[in-house]
Amino acid sequence: MNPLLLWFHKLGSPPYFYRLAGRLLPWLWGLALIGLVAGLYGGLVLAPADYQQSDAFRIIYVHVPSAWMSMFIYAFMAANGFVALVWRIKLSETLAMAAAPIGAAFTAICLATGSIWGKPMWGTWWTWDARLTSELVLLFLYLGVIGLYHAIEDRRQASRAAAFLALIGIVNLPIVHFSVKWWNTLHQGSTVKLFGPSLIDGRMLWPLLVMALATKLLFAASLLSRARVDLLELEAGKEWARQVALAGERT
Amino acid sequence: MNPTRKRRLVVISLILGAVGIAATLTVFALQQNITYLHTPVEVLAGKVPADARFRLGGMVKAGSIQRAGDSLKTGFTVTDGDADMAVEYTGILPDLFREKQSVIATGRMENGRFVASEVLAKHDENYVPRDVAEAMANAHKKHDIPEKKPTAQ
Amino acid sequence: MSEFFHMGGYGSYVWSAMAIFVGVLALDAVAPLIKRRRVLRELRARARRAQKRNEESV
Repeated sequence: MNPLLLWFHKLGSPPYFYRLAGRLLPWLWGLALIGLVAGLYGGLVLAPADYQQSDAFRIIYVHVPSAWMSMFIYAFMAANGFVALVWRIKLSETLAMAAAPIGAAFTAICLATGSIWGKPMWGTWWTWDARLTSELVLLFLYLGVIGLYHAIEDRRQASRAAAFLALIGIVNLPIVHFSVKWWNTLHQGSTVKLFGPSLIDGRMLWPLLVMALATKLLFAASLLSRARVDLLELEAGKEWARQVALAGERT
Repeated sequence: MNPTRKRRLVVISLILGAVGIAATLTVFALQQNITYLHTPVEVLAGKVPADARFRLGGMVKAGSIQRAGDSLKTGFTVTDGDADMAVEYTGILPDLFREKQSVIATGRMENGRFVASEVLAKHDENYVPRDVAEAMANAHKKHDIPEKKPTAQ
Repeated sequence: MSEFFHMGGYGSYVWSAMAIFVGVLALDAVAPLIKRRRVLRELRARARRAQKRNEESV
């Protein structure tokens, strides 16, 4: 077996993952926090005000990174769900289900901050335009996955059923992303583009990119924290879990 | 890959494919039937049934805003570059409402005028600091470049 | 400084958006810590029960 595949198998073993995640966590939380502080300072203090929206545009620094995360986490959850369904890897099931509440949190932030931004600029808290509606559907998909997972008694069966729902819901992702192109909507098009120049001044762009990186790190930290605890719960009868619990008692 | 896993992979891929096709078809269907807004050209061409409530989208024509002195009544012209439409609205306008700004008004036609019950301002995807915007405006004036044509809403 | 909090008249909008962002993510960070305490407590109780059974059977 080649070394990479071997490492993958090792990573799939819960006690190994538990220890590795434990070592990574302080770094992830630390870097995420530094990134958030730097990004928000850049966005709220250093970036110049927009010529049309003045200081109200600063909501972009929490709204857009959250919107990106809502889609990124969904893709991550669905990919892990796919692996969980086909290869029945316990770690993938755990990661997929641990990602769901974090994704739901970012989606809720995206909707709430977008609404707060929409009131002064557009003139309304909410409108049923394609972008807003598809993002709301994304929130319901997350809630559906979480709900289904908790509705089924057997943990592993529950995660498989929820993974399946997550996988089906992935069709919503391109709809969210392209909604501003496909339909004539109130929501404007994409400002930051992966290909081609972004439609935002450099002094306004960098804090946004810092925030994008910081929210990724925050997701990684939250995901590993949740996955660790979930594995501990899932493997409560195993010897390694007993050792972890007893070691924790002494310290 | 062992046979069971292979079978699961095939079955799940097939289901995903089917759902993907269904979603694509739905999107195509919705694109034809659901329009968030109509432009003045479409309204004048009679594409909107009379008496129907709809959203009118376009740009506020420069110099067309008339505010009543004693009330919140505002009149302005919405244009899509090809046709104009007079709009009447009573109420508080969003902060971004100004000349040459894209707006979406909800209401219905009354005697050839569009009477709006809600006016929303659409903003574009460009973010520009004030100093850069001023420098750009000055440069445009100096080189006599006509102002950017609005994108059709 | 007060100008910074004023945000050109959009202070209430900008700061409530920031508060939601920070507040929701703080809850998200605390949730696994609370669950961890509960799971460890259960695991310790389980270990004690197992030990008791062992002692009784000896």
